[in-house]
Amino acid sequence: MSDVTGGIDMDDETEGVVKKFMFLNRKAPYGTIYALESLEVVLISAAFDQDVSLAFVDDGVYQIVKGQHTKGIDQKNFSPTYRALEGYDIEKLYVDKDSLEARGLSEEDLLVDVQVLDSAAMADKMAEQDVVISF
Amino acid sequence: MKFGILVNEGPYNHQATDSAYQFAKAAIDKGHQVPRVFFYHDGVYNSTRLTEPPQDDRNIVARWSKLAEEHNVDLVVCVAAGLRRGIKDEVLAPGFRISGLGQLVEAGIQYDRLVTFGD
Repeated sequence: MSDVTGGIDMDDETEGVVKKFMFLNRKAPYGTIYALESLEVVLISAAFDQDVSLAFVDDGVYQIVKGQHTKGIDQKNFSPTYRALEGYDIEKLYVDKDSLEARGLSEEDLLVDVQVLDSAAMADKMAEQDVVISF
Repeated sequence: MKFGILVNEGPYNHQATDSAYQFAKAAIDKGHQVPRVFFYHDGVYNSTRLTEPPQDDRNIVARWSKLAEEHNVDLVVCVAAGLRRGIKDEVLAPGFRISGLGQLVEAGIQYDRLVTFGD
């Protein structure tokens, strides 16, 4: 068993197969645990050498907003982890334009470099994927 | 076709776990395969044998165990999500096992479809 790959030994069926994985983040970073636990899957998927992208829509855009301070709610501020994704070769981050605008946010408010897409372009990105995991 | 299933919600609290089970059963009845169900987030609560629903209600945990036994479905509980919520080997119902998130990613790579049930 390997810690890096989250409990599996890569066998012949997995090795060499590269699929397009998209993690679709729809929820605010705090209030529920979805965002935090989803990030854990993203990091594991990097160990499998897959073609990974992240999409942020609806309240999910709040996950990557700059200047998060969580001391007052006694929870870990895990937002710096998004900045570390680059080190795992996860560089395709897509953000839904309408979701940003509806919340009075712009690209400058985000703590990572992203591609802002309109909903048609986002739908195209989703359609390209082999696996979409939605949290 | 091979379906992997991801369950993200707790039993009884949310429809997701019932829908996931019914989907798995329907797929198997139609001749498809469901090699693995992965339990994540509050979905890990589907695995505890300490669950005792009222007698006139469905037993969600026992239902998964039966599915695993009859159709060789691998019921995998995420170790990290489980530890957060007090789900360990000693409380697992038959057919469940604890392992890492790699099992979820592997299901996405190896199977034809990965279907998520949750909010």
